[in-house]
Amino acid sequence: MKEFTASVVKEFRHIFRDRRTILIAMVMPVVQIILFGFAVSTEVNDVRVAVCGDLADPAVRNLVDRIDNNRYLSVSGSLSSPSEITGVFRRNVADAAVCFGRNFGENLAPSGRAQVRIIGDGSDPNTAQMITGYLKGVIQSEQTEAEVAFAGEGERKASMAPVVQLMYNPAMKSSYNFVPGVMGLILMLICTMMTSVSIVREKETGTLELLLVSPVKPLWIILSKMIPYLVLSAVNFATILLLSHYVMEVPINGSLLLLCFAALVFVVTSLALGLLISVISPNQRTALLICGMGLTMPTMIFSGIIFPCESMPEVLQWFSDIIPAKWFIIIVKKIMIQGTGLVSAAKEMTILAVMAAFLLAVSIKSFRTRLQ
Amino acid sequence: MNAIEIDSISKSYGQARALQDVSLTVNQGEIFGLIGPDGAGKTTLFRIMTTLMLADSGSGKVCGLDIVKDFARLRRIIGYMPGRFSLYQDLSVRENLDYFATLFGTTVRENYENIREIYSQIEPFADRRAGKLSGGMKQKLALCCALVHKPSVLFLDEPTTGVDAVSRKDFWTMLARIKASGVTVFVSTPYMDEAAMCDRLALIRDGVIIGTGTPEEIISGFPFRLLSVRGRRMYPLLKQLRKTDGVISCFSFGDSHHVTYSPEVTGKEQILAGLAQAGFGDCTAREISPGIEDCFMWLSHGNGNGRQDC
Repeated sequence: MKEFTASVVKEFRHIFRDRRTILIAMVMPVVQIILFGFAVSTEVNDVRVAVCGDLADPAVRNLVDRIDNNRYLSVSGSLSSPSEITGVFRRNVADAAVCFGRNFGENLAPSGRAQVRIIGDGSDPNTAQMITGYLKGVIQSEQTEAEVAFAGEGERKASMAPVVQLMYNPAMKSSYNFVPGVMGLILMLICTMMTSVSIVREKETGTLELLLVSPVKPLWIILSKMIPYLVLSAVNFATILLLSHYVMEVPINGSLLLLCFAALVFVVTSLALGLLISVISPNQRTALLICGMGLTMPTMIFSGIIFPCESMPEVLQWFSDIIPAKWFIIIVKKIMIQGTGLVSAAKEMTILAVMAAFLLAVSIKSFRTRLQ
Repeated sequence: MNAIEIDSISKSYGQARALQDVSLTVNQGEIFGLIGPDGAGKTTLFRIMTTLMLADSGSGKVCGLDIVKDFARLRRIIGYMPGRFSLYQDLSVRENLDYFATLFGTTVRENYENIREIYSQIEPFADRRAGKLSGGMKQKLALCCALVHKPSVLFLDEPTTGVDAVSRKDFWTMLARIKASGVTVFVSTPYMDEAAMCDRLALIRDGVIIGTGTPEEIISGFPFRLLSVRGRRMYPLLKQLRKTDGVISCFSFGDSHHVTYSPEVTGKEQILAGLAQAGFGDCTAREISPGIEDCFMWLSHGNGNGRQDC
């Protein structure tokens, strides 16, 4: 037991004496969560809308005011002719334009039909889609009101205005998606990369040789390497949770205890994976390469942080199933944002636990008590 | 009981043969030297004896314990200092020593007497990081770490490689003291001049033991006479000497050539005369007694195991 404690203390010393390790372990998670939370955001704010039409028309003015009052949109100026739109886009003084048909108000009042055109800047399709979506929403609500006003005047018109509500994330905040993602990414990075590198480093410097000739059981060597990273990831997990809850305002709807338990299972999986990588790689560079190319990239791409798994080709979907982070992220989303309990996350939890058990067994088994 | 007994050990790395049929016996309490050039298989043999590696065939015992079956018990009673400095560079001298003491279930204080003599030399730098020590200091620290648990057998793989001449001398003095405390020392070195410091030695080349015995035994087994020849044009001289009748071999040894000749065929005067005839009139020659290196050269070439490329 004394040997074990000494090894853990030694491992902590390695971590705290290496500035790079500290940077990766303690600073990177904070930077990443802030970057993903604020900078890398798919939300569109402060959309500048150029308006083209007869602003003297009360109906037009009404709609323009509505656009201006929307929290995401603001009217940046009015154009006298639709031909100016291209210029506005090119000079980047507007992100979208709204053109009202001739005699907009006059047409609207009697028939309820008037023409309005929304022009988006398609050079950035994702943003354009969102902006036009916002604008459609504004116009739709104006239309609904107009219909209600007409409804009293005799003939009723059938109208179905869908009301879209996004449960759990009504404001469509992208941090709801990124926080679980970044959590998975960072825990995996810390546990897998750092453990594998720290074991391979001992291989490289030859100290592993000395550890192996000592009477200490290899299992204790492995565990003593894992404990510090387990502690580090616990600290990181808490940091991410605090930051995302209090700064990013992501709610924790479900049980915090369950969330911590899920994180623990995931951390064990990652540690085992790191150990396995350290067995395969002869030097730190290989270990880093395997972690970077073989884990970080697939995790980013296949865990559903950036691209939804459901829209991938089937083969890639199968591949995404073997990535532990994917399951962890699903669990976090369920518990943290949907606020569900263990029952609804049972399937994912089981998959993750089986992965953890399997990887741990394989990696401890393959850790050699001798050199090659 | 012998401290080390290994019997016909062979080991290959894929196609490359590292050790072939190596058998050795080391007596309790002696300094046994394994002498051979780089790539002779010394480190492989160390790793097999210290249970770090499995041999392809053959068996071995250290302190009566089998190197394969009893590896766990064996690891308690041997000390190993690898060829490369293998301590934690980011830990201080004291932290390294404490850590290795703990790994072996002991403390520095308990075994302080055992390492006092060596440790006292680095104790003033106890708080310095191991990576910031000088070469000689690192080596002393590594030795302390290998000795801190009072091993019965100490394995030192090329401890003096890359260490300056004064530190090397110091080191052998330390080994003599360690031996005096009853520890068997198994040491390897590529330096032939260190062979004389060992009680017994084994010469190894290309994975084959080409001679064993005390330094005196090995030297007395040298069947020829040796001449140290100096001249002005050394390289042409070497070529000329190799062509001379009765000369078994000729190698360059620093600033002179060591000429091995068969006394029945030729002699010093005869060789000198031959040289003068070939235009090397300014040569001087001196009869010398062979050293370990001469024996090594003869054994590795004369027995047909080595390549004739020197």
